[in-house]
Amino acid sequence: MAANTKMKDDNTVQVRELIDQKKQKKSFANLVEKAIPFFLFIITSISIFTTIGIIFTLLTETIEFFKRVPILDFFTGNTLEPLSQDPSFGVLPLITGTFFSSVIAIIVAAPIGLMSAIYLSEYASDRVKKTIKPLLEVLAGIPTIVYGFFAFTFVTPILREIIPGLEPTNILSPGIVMGIMIIPMIASMSEDAMSSVPNSMREGALGLGATKLEVTTRVVIPAALSGIIASFVLGISRAIGETMIVTIASGSSKNFTFDITQSMQTMTAYIVEVTGGDAPAGSTIYYSLYAVAMTLFVFTLIMNLAARYISRRFREEY
Amino acid sequence: MSILLDYQQTSDHTLTKKDLGNYLPVKKVVYDTQDLNLWYSDVHALKDINLSIYEKEVTAIIGPSGCGKSTYLKTLNRMVELVPGVQTTGTILYNGKSIFDRTLKVEDLRTRVGMVFQKPNPFPKSIYENIAYGPKIHGIRNKKVLNQIVERSLRGAYIWDEVKDRLHENAYELSGGQQQRLCIARCLAIEPNVILMDEPTSALDPKSTHKVEELIQELKQEYSIIVVTHNMQQAARISDKTAFFLNGEVVEYDNTNLIFNNPTDKRTEDYISGRFG
Repeated sequence: MAANTKMKDDNTVQVRELIDQKKQKKSFANLVEKAIPFFLFIITSISIFTTIGIIFTLLTETIEFFKRVPILDFFTGNTLEPLSQDPSFGVLPLITGTFFSSVIAIIVAAPIGLMSAIYLSEYASDRVKKTIKPLLEVLAGIPTIVYGFFAFTFVTPILREIIPGLEPTNILSPGIVMGIMIIPMIASMSEDAMSSVPNSMREGALGLGATKLEVTTRVVIPAALSGIIASFVLGISRAIGETMIVTIASGSSKNFTFDITQSMQTMTAYIVEVTGGDAPAGSTIYYSLYAVAMTLFVFTLIMNLAARYISRRFREEY
Repeated sequence: MSILLDYQQTSDHTLTKKDLGNYLPVKKVVYDTQDLNLWYSDVHALKDINLSIYEKEVTAIIGPSGCGKSTYLKTLNRMVELVPGVQTTGTILYNGKSIFDRTLKVEDLRTRVGMVFQKPNPFPKSIYENIAYGPKIHGIRNKKVLNQIVERSLRGAYIWDEVKDRLHENAYELSGGQQQRLCIARCLAIEPNVILMDEPTSALDPKSTHKVEELIQELKQEYSIIVVTHNMQQAARISDKTAFFLNGEVVEYDNTNLIFNNPTDKRTEDYISGRFG
């Protein structure tokens, strides 16, 4: 055979042979081909391992904290006085602070965001949409420290004109401003969800004599509900995790109160305050940071899981 | 173009051509189109359309792609206005009243004139809710009444036996053919006078197509049906009258068997015999 091949014109390229030769070679390329998936797996794992690492650190330090402060005292205590002679570490003031600021934010953002989304998706002409959507995204790009400043120097004075008893630092003003901050996100995500509802469904409803409003409320919104809920939840998550606005505009009183005109501290603002001062490593205050962070983490986790369940239950598949 | 105004049918459809123009009562005109012109921005899509569509008949509209047949159908319930930049001149009388009249609410027109689309488009809700949607938006809230309407409509569309045990399942779990009959049932639920069908079987397999065609035959006892189809055999099978559209014009409009057996216009003959289109 080999002789036979040789006898042929040397200029003729023997394609099959060349390919076979290449295949037999255990080339570097082969190795790369096999290594690639493994390599990519490692890269993907980085974020997972980081998360696991963070949770692990949180957990160990939190356990250390609960060795010093009983877990029941932490979750049921309504006084937080970490720096007093006889310190107490009740987390409830921080939880109410976070709760009220987030609730105020979502009360402001959900209706405004959803109505903006309805307008953009169902009523606005293409030209209007093309102008407004980028504007919304500009609003989303403003640094949160600017919002905090805005809440403290602009919104609070106006609110104090309306509500005489309002304290200079209070939870209401940063709540409202956080709401304003998450409006673009809710509007934009809900609009995406509503725009992706196929037109054939709108036509089906219009063909039955439905008005535009009936089409929107009874066909488009139900069909886009999972996306809309997802946008609300992400909005709430952002509000819970938001730090700068509440730190600036709500002060650092660890009040346990249900009065939104007063100053309250959120979990995030507490972490800022304590890390900003010098909490010596190994002190109870130092460990309390981890316990609060862990609580924050569990909160958002529960929220996300609940949201997943809700959006799956209400999903209308098409 | 010739319209045989002198030809009327009996309600039991036993007439043959010989009976043309005899003693029968005049069929009522549902839709009277007069000098209708329509533009999509600067594209002249419908040109001087004059058509009279009769009650309780199946009227087929045939023609090659882009001839304006779907546009005409969508003009009849003003769905065409959803496209930006549409302009019309001329009139369409529905039961003697202009559909472009400013005092007429377009929702009222669409309540009287149902529509079935090319691709089945059930709502992403349960089978029950799909049917109940129409009655509900028109203010029917009573559960018992709604239950009756749902059953009657599904029976009317010959799909009741297939879905009666799964009324609360998502409509998207049905097959394509079942979905289309569900959409027809959804239409029946608000008891329209006219049903417009835009290539209702083009997305269906032959068996489902056959079922929908049978259904159309049943429905014409009660409803006036206008069906756009690209399938000429289908037009021949199911319709009483056929209009042939070409380049936005009505080339010929006549009784279906005349159109298919003895067309007067050369272009109709060419299209029907498959020489173009």
